[in-house]
Amino acid sequence: MRKLAIYCLLICSLFLVIFSSLIFGAMHIPIKEVLSILSKYLGLHDANVNNTYEGVIYIIRLPRLLLGLLVGAALGVSGAAIQGIFRNPLAEPGLIGISAGASLMAVIVISLELSLLASLSNLLGYYLLAFGAFVGAGVVAFLVYNIARTDGRANVATMLLAGIAINAFAGALTGLITYLADEQQLRTITFWMLGSLGGATWQTVWSVMPFIALPLIVLPLLGKSLNAFSLGETQASILGLRPNRVKTQVVVLATLAVGASVAVSGIIGFVGLLVPHIVRLAGGVDHRFVLPASALFGALTLTLADVLARNLAAPIELPIGVITALLGSPVFLYILIKEKKKLFN
Amino acid sequence: MLTATALNYKIGKYCLLRDVSFQIQPGEFLAILGANGAGKSTLINILSGEKKPSSGNVWLFNKELNEYLPHELAKKRTILQQHNSVQLSFSVEEVLLMGRYPHFKHRPGKFDFIVIEETMEVCGIAHLAKRSYPSLSGGEQQRVQYARILCQIWDQPKSLLLMDEPVAALDPQYQQQTMAIAKAFSTRGFMVIAVLHEINLAAQYADRILMLKGGRKWLDGTPIEVLTPAHIYAIFNTDVDVMINKQTLKPIVIPKQLDLDVGGFNSLLSPISVENTEALT
Repeated sequence: MRKLAIYCLLICSLFLVIFSSLIFGAMHIPIKEVLSILSKYLGLHDANVNNTYEGVIYIIRLPRLLLGLLVGAALGVSGAAIQGIFRNPLAEPGLIGISAGASLMAVIVISLELSLLASLSNLLGYYLLAFGAFVGAGVVAFLVYNIARTDGRANVATMLLAGIAINAFAGALTGLITYLADEQQLRTITFWMLGSLGGATWQTVWSVMPFIALPLIVLPLLGKSLNAFSLGETQASILGLRPNRVKTQVVVLATLAVGASVAVSGIIGFVGLLVPHIVRLAGGVDHRFVLPASALFGALTLTLADVLARNLAAPIELPIGVITALLGSPVFLYILIKEKKKLFN
Repeated sequence: MLTATALNYKIGKYCLLRDVSFQIQPGEFLAILGANGAGKSTLINILSGEKKPSSGNVWLFNKELNEYLPHELAKKRTILQQHNSVQLSFSVEEVLLMGRYPHFKHRPGKFDFIVIEETMEVCGIAHLAKRSYPSLSGGEQQRVQYARILCQIWDQPKSLLLMDEPVAALDPQYQQQTMAIAKAFSTRGFMVIAVLHEINLAAQYADRILMLKGGRKWLDGTPIEVLTPAHIYAIFNTDVDVMINKQTLKPIVIPKQLDLDVGGFNSLLSPISVENTEALT
């Protein structure tokens, strides 16, 4: 019942944040206008709407909102899933280098293929970018998992140290490519470093939709397997699972989601850590609950962070990565202090 | 029925198990005894399907173990292992529900909750139901894991219950309880195989004892046949007296006291002087 209440709360607040994201910004749009524009799109009635307002909503705010929801849900659910497979609440895509791997590959794709991309249709170019990011994320995830694994479970210290090494390595290569890049490439690359939803267009939304929708639908179905996994790989196989298959499914789906979000919005840190942790505190650790709730809460958090990023210092827009890091790092420290005994034994 | 034929297990040039064959029928309780490194854990992990023997096979009900699909096998055998760590704070109830995972797809049925309730009652952990697993003591965690694996086969008659040193972390009360529950399962037609260190628990509860030495089967027989001072000396290098409990007619094994030469066992202490010896006597 408590879980049901949490779902209700999440969905209600999600609606609130969605509306505030459409209303507030450099231009304030009255809620009445927002409602009539939305109901026009839904085909409810075709009242006359203010064209300027409609333009702002259709061209700028709606794609940005949808991208925020998708990326937030992707980061939340993949953070929860990766923590489940590593059996460890500190396994966050950003910390263990998965995002860095994704962004390195994205930067490589940009600098090597920018001329080619221009010749391809733009949507295909985005798919290539997302696919490159996915490959980078996937390679790092398998690498870290196998480095950190001792006696069938991931060792926290090794995992985090491997993450530091990979972050440094990917950072160095990214730096090198940045150094060699021309001006056009530089501008595109800088965008990945910061982490922002500012590049949202309908095209980016449609290009990441399939890569994020699939993990969003399938990962929550793996909740039972991830629960069994928390008993250890051996016990999971005694319960009739094929551990290697579960591992592959989770890592592929989670890195698909992370890769796609990195490709369109750069590295947005700490969402994958913060979101599942709060969800577990509120409603328990059962993955059948944590996975869908993390998707909802991730979407909520990122959209809220984006509203803050656009409005706190308006008309200047803060990078969203700054907001999530400001909120996320104290929580990370809090988890470390509170659970250090449990975590490192 | 479980049949193991000519099991061998090699790691590199080390042979951990040589030519071990035996059989167990539904309703039997088999204890496996042996010194450290005799191959007990290897054997039980082969029986559970976790390790593949280098040669030889295990048959479970006329079908070879590795021909079962994982989810089929999960309904026919379970194993209680020595080390179980759960880092996320699942509640005890949730951990037990995991034992039912092979039996439902996405949502547990009413029946699964009945199984969990009965198991908790039998194992005496009903009062821990809402507690978080990592907050329990080592012994309590062990009893919860025991209950979890019982949930897995609770409604699957004739299935195989494997236990690797099930009582190592437990108080005497729960040692007896754990063995009694396993015994009750075997009486109801399950096959129980337990690796034990406590010879007397094996004598009390097992129908048959399999002794391993250096990876080979040394003996296979009833407790009365197997537990003689000569055999125990051969396996454990320990002098014992064996008596018969007149009420149960089962053997009781009592190790003989081992005396060290007090004067000579530690060359760094000053030799025992005459006054000291006198003071002691």
